[in-house]
Amino acid sequence: MNVLIIGATSAIGKASARLYASRSAAFFLVARDTKRLHEMELDLKIRGATSVESDSRDLLQCDQHEDIIDSAMVQLGTVDVVLICHGVLPDLEQAEVDFETARQVLEVNGLSVISLLIILAEKLKKQGSGRIAVLTSVAGDRGRRTNYTYGASKALVSTYLQGLRGNLLDHGIQIIDIRPGLVDSPMTAGFEKGLLWSSPERVARGIVKAIDRNRHTAYVPEYWRLIMLVVRYIPDFIFNRLRF
Amino acid sequence: MQLQGWGRYPQVDARLIEPSSSSTAIATIKAQGPQDSLIARGAGRSYGDSALNSCVLGSRLLDNFKALDTESGILHCGAGLTFDQLLQVSIPQGLFPSVVPGTKGVSIGGAIATDIHGKNHHQDGSFCDYVDSFTLLLANGECKICSPRKNRELFHATCGGMGLTGIILDATVKLEKVSSVSIRSRSVSTHNLAHTIEQLECLNSNRFVVAWIDCLASGPKLGRGIIHVGNFHETGPLKYQSRRGPAVPFSMPAILLNRYSMKLFNNLYCRMNNKAKADTVQDYDSFFFPLDRIKHWNRLYGRRGFLQYQILLPLDSAQEGLQSLLETAASAGKGSFLAVLKKLGESNRNILSFPGPGLTLALDFKREASVFPLLNELDRIVIDHGGRHYLAKDSRLDESVFKAGYPQWKKFKALKEKVDPTQCFSSLQSHRIGLTAKPGSVTS
Ligand SMILES: Cc1cc2nc3c(=O)[nH]c(=O)nc-3n(C[C@H](O)[C@H](O)[C@H](O)COP(=O)(O)OP(=O)(O)OC[C@H]3O[C@@H](n4cnc5c(N)ncnc54)[C@H](O)[C@@H]3O)c2cc1C
Ligand SMILES: NC(=O)c1ccc[n+]([C@@H]2O[C@H](COP(=O)([O-])OP(=O)(O)OC[C@H]3O[C@@H](n4cnc5c(N)ncnc54)[C@H](OP(=O)(O)O)[C@@H]3O)[C@@H](O)[C@H]2O)c1
Repeated sequence: MNVLIIGATSAIGKASARLYASRSAAFFLVARDTKRLHEMELDLKIRGATSVESDSRDLLQCDQHEDIIDSAMVQLGTVDVVLICHGVLPDLEQAEVDFETARQVLEVNGLSVISLLIILAEKLKKQGSGRIAVLTSVAGDRGRRTNYTYGASKALVSTYLQGLRGNLLDHGIQIIDIRPGLVDSPMTAGFEKGLLWSSPERVARGIVKAIDRNRHTAYVPEYWRLIMLVVRYIPDFIFNRLRF
Repeated sequence: MQLQGWGRYPQVDARLIEPSSSSTAIATIKAQGPQDSLIARGAGRSYGDSALNSCVLGSRLLDNFKALDTESGILHCGAGLTFDQLLQVSIPQGLFPSVVPGTKGVSIGGAIATDIHGKNHHQDGSFCDYVDSFTLLLANGECKICSPRKNRELFHATCGGMGLTGIILDATVKLEKVSSVSIRSRSVSTHNLAHTIEQLECLNSNRFVVAWIDCLASGPKLGRGIIHVGNFHETGPLKYQSRRGPAVPFSMPAILLNRYSMKLFNNLYCRMNNKAKADTVQDYDSFFFPLDRIKHWNRLYGRRGFLQYQILLPLDSAQEGLQSLLETAASAGKGSFLAVLKKLGESNRNILSFPGPGLTLALDFKREASVFPLLNELDRIVIDHGGRHYLAKDSRLDESVFKAGYPQWKKFKALKEKVDPTQCFSSLQSHRIGLTAKPGSVTS
């Protein structure tokens, strides 16, 4: 199995890669930290990966995306699974008042992902197969007063994926929208963790399962589907007053 | 955020920093001000406050494999790697750690910092005896490779040194070749304490030996129990497995935590594991890590948490000391209904390592106000019998009791002052037991 992971050094990406390594996958990893990518190469090989190649880039440079995908295709031959997991969660209060911060969230979580998807869709169409899984978030299901900038950046991608899924249906390509709940990763360092929080390892198990089963939209862990169902149906006049 | 150890007592509001690479860990230490102090944390499986402070550096993300030589069994990995992850990779290669703790959750860094012992200490010594070297991040931001050959003093202070010499970033450990990971085991029941101790001695030729003591038995039956022994089987699958049973989803409400429910739990557990059994072959997971089957079992003790009390008594005073410990705990009506008793072998050169020749007893206590005076009473018995306490389990030990049990503390403290003059590394435990000065107090 050949796996391309974009944002590979993220906690969730790393945990997912390890699961694929235990299935003897071949990898192409993309992230911006060269040293950590190199460490990850060694780690995955010991965990069973048949080969690991990597490319270190800042993913905000969208003009380089085609290059990245091209080298991945060359190295891997065919790409069976693509997992896109880079993202940022900045100081959200600042994003409420400062456009530059909001722009950064939208660019990293939204635009850079769309740029990658446009290129991937073209290349995988030619290949005639492949699964593309993208990490969005439960935060995209409904804008909450505390994190609507982040939520909007994820909703943008989720909506895009809904349409792309249909577009690629006849080309044998599956699109999987992964919506994690609260995950104890560097992104949420400093947050008080409670019962609803999951480890990146648990989330990774959910991701791999969702990709195996070709799920359209996967909430991980699965109980988030129920929670978000409730959240979506809270009437506006109550919801607007909630402080979460 | 709120942090606690496995016993869920004490709980502190701490800043948790989890570097995602060695270089970020180094940068974190270099950025520390002269007044700042922190402590390393592995997987948080020590029971008390040894990995707690107002600032904590977690090794969770330093969990990469770096090299594994399947011929020699030499493994190089990040300090945050857990035994569980290690076994997933090593077992299919026919490799197993020579020393494993009672839970797979423990990290390699934590295993070194407390120099853990297994059910085979009487034959094979403790974990650090298999540590070839490690990289230690010191208070000044410098990294030193320590081994029994290089930076020897620092090596022997860090093994069992409770994180007080610095942060272990990665380690090289020698794994053992095994032809199977099945365990041939049997159990023997004993009538009383003298019999249990005698049998532990007789069964010494087995690789793994551990006794469960029935703490409800009293009078002439005091100290009766079951001894489990095991050895690696010659044949069997080299397959990683992890039995996942039910999880305890949240802290049990206090009302469910009474003598009767605890008794029920212990009895069930007892019944699951404590029948005298003839030779059977069982998988390594159920033999070494039976408690891992119930995820978060520590939540059974409720929000207030619990304390584990583990001590070591030298052989010649062990029987008398154990007798009085068990009697005192039973007459107070406290403590677990099961206790674990193991025979340990020779000690090593590590300054603060717990194991040494003698018998080690572990008891669990639900945390309630009346338990503390009882434990003080038990401390006296331990000290009077020349014993000591396992720091990995401790959350309340008195400075004087600690020092009586570890006469080498002075040597440790002198070395600590040399490598960490500003007390960059300290824990709630190290303040309490007098290995570091409490913040705000004048250092002499
Ligand atoms: C169910 C259960 C069974 C157990 N069975 C056994 C047993 O059979 N034998 C045994 O000996 N112990 C046993 N233990 C205790 C356990 O092995 C030790 O407490 C061990 O230290 C826990 O490792 P950890 O990674 O969770 O470390 P933590 O609990 O997070 O930390 C423990 C100590 O190690 C230090 N430390 C951790 N990581 C580092 C690092 N990278 N660098 C420097 N210092 C570090 C901390 O500062 C702290 O002082 C058991 C514990 C449980 C919960
Ligand atoms: N944690 C949660 O609670 C949660 C919940 C729902 C969804 N998610 C989503 O899950 C994904 C993975 O996050 P995580 O929790 O694993 O957090 P993480 O470890 O912080 O991962 C985020 C990753 O994105 C990378 N990144 C950010 N900007 C980049 C850029 N311009 N170029 C290249 N890489 C960039 C980071 O690289 P560096 O390491 O180099 O900084 C980091 O590896 C994200 O999309 C996140 O939004 C997370």
